Formats: sequence, structure tokens, C-alpha cells
Amino acid sequence: MAIEIQPERAQPAGRGPGIAAAKRRWRPRPGVPAGLIGAVAGYFLGHWLGNLLGGGYDRSSLADTNDVAIVLGYAFGVLGWLAGLGVFNDLFLMMAGKPAREEPRLLGTQEPGLAKYFRYTLDHKVVGIQYLYGMIAYFLTGGLFAMAIRSELLSPSYHLIGPNQYLMVVGEHGTMMMMMMSSVILGPFGQYFGPLLIGSKRVAFPRLEALGFWLTVPAYVILLSAVLMGGFSTGWTGYEPLATQSTQGEDAYFFAFGLMGISMILAGFNMIVTVINYRAPGMRWSRLPMFVWSMFTVSFLQVLSVPVLVGACYMALEDRTFQTAFFTNQLGGSSFLYEDLFWFFGHPEVYILALPGFGVISEIIAVFCRKPLFGYKVSVAGMLGVGTASFFVWQHHLFDSGINPDMRPLFMLTTEIISIPTGFIFLVAMGTFWKAKIRFSIPMLFALAFYFNFLLGGISGVFLSDVPADTTEHGSFFVMAHFHYTIMGGLIFAFFAGIYYWLPKMTGIKLNERLGKIHFWTMFIFFNSTFLPLFGLGMLGMPRRVFEYARNLETLNDWVSISAFCLGVSILIFVINFVMSMTFWREPEVGNPWRTRSLEWQLPAPPPPDNFRRVPVILAGSYDYGVPDALPVADFNPPPGVIGTAYASASGRAEG
Amino acid sequence: MSSDDTAAAAGADASPGPRHGRRLFTIWLVLAVPAVLVIWFAWYPHMPPGRMSDSARHQQFDIAVLAVSAAPVIIAVLLYFIYAIVVWRARPGDEGDGPAIYGNTKVQATWIIGTTMIVLWLFVFGTVELVVPAGAGAGEGPSPIWNLTGKHTAAWSPGANDMLQIQVIGQQWAFTYRYPQFGGMESTVLDLPANTPIEFHVTSLDVIHSFWPYVLGVKADANPQVDNVAYTTVQARGGFKVRCNELCGIWHGAMTTDGTVLPPAAFQAWAAGVQAQERSLGVLAVLPPYALTYDPTVIPQLGKSIIAIDGITGGAGYYYNSSDPVTP
Repeated sequence: MAIEIQPERAQPAGRGPGIAAAKRRWRPRPGVPAGLIGAVAGYFLGHWLGNLLGGGYDRSSLADTNDVAIVLGYAFGVLGWLAGLGVFNDLFLMMAGKPAREEPRLLGTQEPGLAKYFRYTLDHKVVGIQYLYGMIAYFLTGGLFAMAIRSELLSPSYHLIGPNQYLMVVGEHGTMMMMMMSSVILGPFGQYFGPLLIGSKRVAFPRLEALGFWLTVPAYVILLSAVLMGGFSTGWTGYEPLATQSTQGEDAYFFAFGLMGISMILAGFNMIVTVINYRAPGMRWSRLPMFVWSMFTVSFLQVLSVPVLVGACYMALEDRTFQTAFFTNQLGGSSFLYEDLFWFFGHPEVYILALPGFGVISEIIAVFCRKPLFGYKVSVAGMLGVGTASFFVWQHHLFDSGINPDMRPLFMLTTEIISIPTGFIFLVAMGTFWKAKIRFSIPMLFALAFYFNFLLGGISGVFLSDVPADTTEHGSFFVMAHFHYTIMGGLIFAFFAGIYYWLPKMTGIKLNERLGKIHFWTMFIFFNSTFLPLFGLGMLGMPRRVFEYARNLETLNDWVSISAFCLGVSILIFVINFVMSMTFWREPEVGNPWRTRSLEWQLPAPPPPDNFRRVPVILAGSYDYGVPDALPVADFNPPPGVIGTAYASASGRAEG
Repeated sequence: MSSDDTAAAAGADASPGPRHGRRLFTIWLVLAVPAVLVIWFAWYPHMPPGRMSDSARHQQFDIAVLAVSAAPVIIAVLLYFIYAIVVWRARPGDEGDGPAIYGNTKVQATWIIGTTMIVLWLFVFGTVELVVPAGAGAGEGPSPIWNLTGKHTAAWSPGANDMLQIQVIGQQWAFTYRYPQFGGMESTVLDLPANTPIEFHVTSLDVIHSFWPYVLGVKADANPQVDNVAYTTVQARGGFKVRCNELCGIWHGAMTTDGTVLPPAAFQAWAAGVQAQERSLGVLAVLPPYALTYDPTVIPQLGKSIIAIDGITGGAGYYYNSSDPVTP
């Protein structure tokens, strides 16, 4: 395989792509400032064009604008943003028959200063760090909306924010969390550690990877821009025909969700090709770390399911702009069609959120139990099984809808079958804990909490899979509690576990341990205190997305709200810890503090620009703890000539 | 995997120590049996959604059986983790590794077979519980397959085991109810006779709603141009609340209706009374002819005339201009 980076490059290029230091140029250097200029210019260009094209059919009497203008504004704005970032520069150069510009990629994270994080850059480690900060920002934004929701629900009638604002807040919270957080682990840790864990110097498609990140920024901004237009009234599911009826905020929702979908597809393609083609010699499939397996599975889910979402968003936007009627029942469309399309994406999406958590936690428990991962193959089978089965269950979101009611036993069965491979994750954990030597570091605490939360989340899912029981629970706070247990209790806990575990490797700095422990305990306690009563609220008849509820539920709701505020404070403790540790305290941690066998921890922190000086030869699995004379995981300085002959043929591939 | 397994088996044999498995099983038994008994005998009678109708009763039974099935599993897993945390934590100063156990075929096979059995049990149980009570109160689509005891008749009379047909019409933001066996009269409250098989026909005029009389254990989505059927038989008298269960716009949270379950004779008197009143006021004449679905584009005209008479339909009978959701 052709790796185009030479290990020893005499002279790293200067800062910025293709900058000749002496020559002044008339146009701005590619980067975020130029991107912002492009975005604003593009928005106004698109808006003007939209008014030109669609000025005749204003849909709203409330605003002097039409949906065509808004959507085209977003589209051109995104193109302008990408052009300003320089995404298209290499493309045009290559189309013109010229070689692509030399990127200063080799400096990577070791380039001084912060400018590298504000550029379209091709180093996967820089992209990982960009994702990390981006995701934390998106998560905090979504969390603030959650605080607003809980403030409103302090009282059974509306008192703080009106019904319209309430729906806006609910929709923004839900969409921010479900759509942006789908990359919360795949982004930071997948991009950063994916190549490191398979012994690769690079990812397969660095341009697609970077584009994937830089699309999340406009997706975030566009989603938030709905607030300026009164929000969208459909929640994160965007059900039709309510969405067609809604005001312009809905355009922002569909456009942002579609954009994020494209980002997910790009990230997925890159990860699949990287894992298949860029493994170091000796990194057999049977040695692949579980985290890479989870990334690999999730990437397939993204590539196969997200296009359906992008299609649905596109059709919905057409309904809103070109006056098509895909989803309008009276005109020959179908509101069921949207539900089907959305949930055909939506259920794999749930596992796009959950599986990376499984991966991170599997890595962590092996390290802190000081034992090999129990039943590695079962674990892999669990990942792949969950991923495959997730395509066959989407109708359980529609048990009461009247779509194909005779198929409900089948979807009940498929839904319950998914609990078998999910159970493998618990089998692996329980086997690994058997006679282990458990060390309670902060990542391990988060991992333990993950199992606790995910157990309750998973078991409550069984209640929802049963059609008769689901008739009461469907669409109520019970569902809400269920998916917060699996997604926040699973994914977000795993994300924090990953931060505490991997941040020393990414930055060479560790987070303060005392604050970290306070963060963990407050988060664990208040998470459960917030979401456990919600199961009861749902069972007692409280539907989702309401600003008014039965008066007898007020005490429980107040309890939940106060717990939620405490949960918010807990996240604030993390933010304080993160900011202070990264900027002021800067406690260095450069070695291998967890005594981990796996590949990334054998590198200096942060890893050098091209990851490995030479392509390593993998000698043993990364989970061989407790094996008396286990081989080191890799030979980082294999004798010349060994690559491409002996080792490479053993894994069936050539290495160049 | 075979080499791993032998290593694991050897490791297990070599370290006798306390018999963790037996200990865990004993503690689990001590915890799980009382938990199951408490759930079944103390909690089950009070579990939502109660026993007001046969569908609610079945759902309560379902939830209780699932709880009884789930509790031992939850207890087993949590107990195991707590046990592991206590017994197998690294003692201070112990920097060593645990035993290199890569897997254990027997454990893995037991686990897989066990979870598969549980899943199959849940599937069979759930299917039986779906089929026996004729859909368990969930929306059945336009053409349900169940054989029901109630007779479909043009006029309903108490005590004759006639199926009472009620159409639930969702619109932003109210439910109204039409009783085709009473001349297609429309009501803003949902009154029902006790001990009578009831057939709800749920539809919508604008966006997706969901009809949810919580204590009756009925939930059916209301889609425009779709007739979604759900069945129940109410067994206890009393009041109940209907809520919308699918986000339908800004006043979704306030979209509620009151309902009452009456003795069959009282119900007939009420329904016939409303029918007579609506006929005399001319409401029945301007209501659209009873149909399983309605095209809302004809509603505004009809709605306006109804408002002029009586203001009888909950959402003012008026189909709002789609881009202009009016605050009621």
C-alpha cells in the first residue's frame, strides 16, 4: 500500500498550506476567518437567489421571507464556508492537472500554537482534537437546553417559557444531542486513536475526514439558527406533516440534520477503508482492539443507514420549498413514509450512539482489571450482531401507529433478539471482572457506572419491546428515561471515561484527579436521581414533550428538575477541571500511567506527527495481561526488509 | 479459541480459593426470591395503568410479568459487579496482573443459550398477550384481524353485546368524538358505557396525534387520511383523562379531554340526548357525513358554520392555515 508520507522529511513545510512567505496575496489564507467570510457571503448570495426563484410563493404571512431563500442561503453558506476553509483548493488543482499542494501535515499536533486547529488540516490527530473541543461545545449547548426544559417542568402549568419556546428548547436539545453527539466518540477518539490503534501512519482519506469535522460546525450553527426563527415544533424526530406546517426553523432542522448526516457518512467511509487497508503487518482481525471493532461496525451503520436520513431530509425540504407532497397524505403522500424513513435511520442511529461506548469501555476494563478481555470473539460477535440486527427493528418505534400491525410480533422478536448480542457486552465484562485485580481509576469508575446505567437502560428496553406493555409506555417519559439511560448513561459516561483515559495521550496533560472523582460521583448520583424517577413518571401517564402535566406528578417532576440542575453542576465541575487543567495547572503525564499494553500508549505523548517512525510489526494482542512472558505488543523498529516479506505475507497483504 | 479455553480451564482448576460461583448464587437467591414475591404480590396490584379496562388489565399483567422476569436478571448482574468490586479489587500495593483467562466455552455457551431462552420466552409471551386481548389496546391499523365477540350493528343498545363504534378525530389541538351509531353526533367529551366492547376509529385532520386515554390502556396514532382501529372493554366506572401522545404543535401539552365511563343505560340516555340536541340545533346537518377519514380542505367552511351555531368542536372546528398556527 502506498503511504505517501516519507518517514524522514528533511524540511517540514512552513505554516499554512502552500504559503510562500515573501509573496503577499490578494485573497485571505484558507482558514476559519476566510471560511466565515465565505459563509456569510454564500448565505446572502443563496438568499438572494432564493428570493429570485421562489419569491412568488411565500409560505408564511409572518415573515417576509420564503423557505427557498433560507435553504439556498444555508446551502451556499456551507459551500462558501468550505471554500473559505480551502476544502476545494486541492480538488481544483488536481482537476486542472496540477499536483496537490504540499500540506504541512507532518508537523501535526507538534506544530506550535493553536492556528492548526482552525484550519482544514489533514492530520488525523489534529482532526481528533478539533472534534474533541467541538463535541464538548455541542454537548454543553445541548445540556443548557436541557436545563431550560427542566426549569419549565418545575410546575405543572406553563410559567417560565411559553409553549412555543418550550418546543423550541425541546427540539434543540433533542436534535443537538441525537445528531451532533453521534460523533462524540467516533469524532475525537475514533479519528485520533483509530489509526494509532491499528499501527497506521495515517487515515485512508484525510480530506474526507477533515471535511467530516468541518461540516459539523455549520450543522451546529444552522441548527442553532432555528432559534432566530422561532425554533421548530417537531422535536428531534421531525415528524411530517407537522414539519411541513412548521415555520422556517424547520428548514434549519432538516438542513442541519442532513449536513450532519453527510459528515457521518464521510467519517464512516474513511474509517472502514482505514481499518481494512491500513492495519500494520501482524494486526490481524483477531488482534484488532475492541475500540477499533466498534468504530468499524459503527462506520458500516453510518454508511448504510444515514443516506436514508439524508434522503428523508431532502424530501422534507422539497416538500417545504418546491411544494412537493412526499409526506402530505391528502395529496398522495404519506406521513407513514416519513416515519419509516426516519426510523430506518433512527434505530441504527441509536446504536451509532451506543456501540462506540461499548468499544471504549471494553478497552478500559481490560486495562484496569489487569486481565485479558474475556471472550474476545464473543465481544466482536456482539458488536457485529448488534450492528446487523439494528437494521431490522425500526418498526418498534411505530407499534401504535397503525403501520402494518400484523408485523408487530416479528418486530417484537427482532427487538428482543438484539438483547442477545447486547448481552454479550455484559458477558464479556463479567468474565473480565472474574478474579480480576480491579483498580478504581476515574476511567474505570465511569466504566462501572456505564454497566450500571446500561443495564437499567437495556432492561427497560425489554419492557418497550413488548407490544402490550409498550402501549402504555410508548411515547411517554418511560421512553425518555430509557434512552437517556442508554445514551447519556452509556455513551456520555463512556465519553468521559475516554477523556480521562486518553487525554494524557492526546495532550500530554492529565486532568485533576480529585476534581475528576468529584465529577464522577456527582454525575453518577445525580444522573440516576434525574432519570430513574422518569420511568415512574412515564408509567404514571406523562407524555413526552409537554409543558403541562397532571398536577399529581409535580413532586416527582420537581425532584427530577432539582437533580437535573445538580447534574448540570456536575458537568460544570468537569468543565472547570478541563479548562483549568488544560490551561493553568497543566500537570504533565507523558508516560504510560495506566500501564496499558495497547499500541497507542507505547508512543510518546502526544504522538509524533507521523505516529510511527517506521510502520510497526504487531507481535501480540493488546489484551495479554497476566501472561507471564507475553511478547510486547509491537516491534516499533522492525529490521529493514521485514515489512513486505515475512510478516506482511502472514497477514496476507503487502506493506510499502 | 480452543487453546484459550484450555488455558482458562486450567486457570480455573489451579486456583481453588473460595467458591465464588456458589456464594454468588446463594446471595442471588436470597435477594431475587423476595424481590419477585414483593413485585408480584405487593406491587403488581398497584402497577400502572390499572385495571379499568380489559386492555389496561392485560398491560398491567404484562408489565408485572416483565418486571418479575427482569428483576432476577438485574439483581444477578448488579450483584456480580458489586461482588467483583468488593472481592476482586486490587489490594493496595498489589501491582500484579489477574489470571490470563481468555474465555470459557462452557460459560459462554450457557450465557448464549440462557439469553436466547429468555428472549424466546419474552417473544412467545408478548405475542400471546398481543393476540389474546385483541391487540391489547394498541392501534391496529385500518383492518384488524381479530375475531371479536361484539356485534357490529347500525344502532347500539345496552346489554345486547353490540360493539360501540367511536370515532376519535384529532386536530390541533383537541380531540373530538363522533358516535356513528347515534346519528354521527360529535362530542368534545368522551363518554363510554361500561362492560361494552368498544371500537375506536382514530384519525386526524391535520398532523399526527396520538389518542391516549391512559387508564384505559389504549393508544393509537391519529394520522390524516388513515383510519386506525383500537379495541377495549371498560370494566369500571369513573372519570379518566385523554392526552395527546404525539407531538403535534405548540399546544400539544394542553391537548387533553375528559372522559367518563357510565352505566350502559345512562350512556345511552346521554348519547341519545346529545344526538337530539345536535339535531335540533342543526349541528348534525352541517357536520360532514360520517366517514372513516376526512379531507380537511373542506373542513374550514364546515367549521365556520359550526362555530356560528354552537362552538361545539373542541379545536373550534377550524382547520388553520398551515403556516399560521394560531394560538387558541
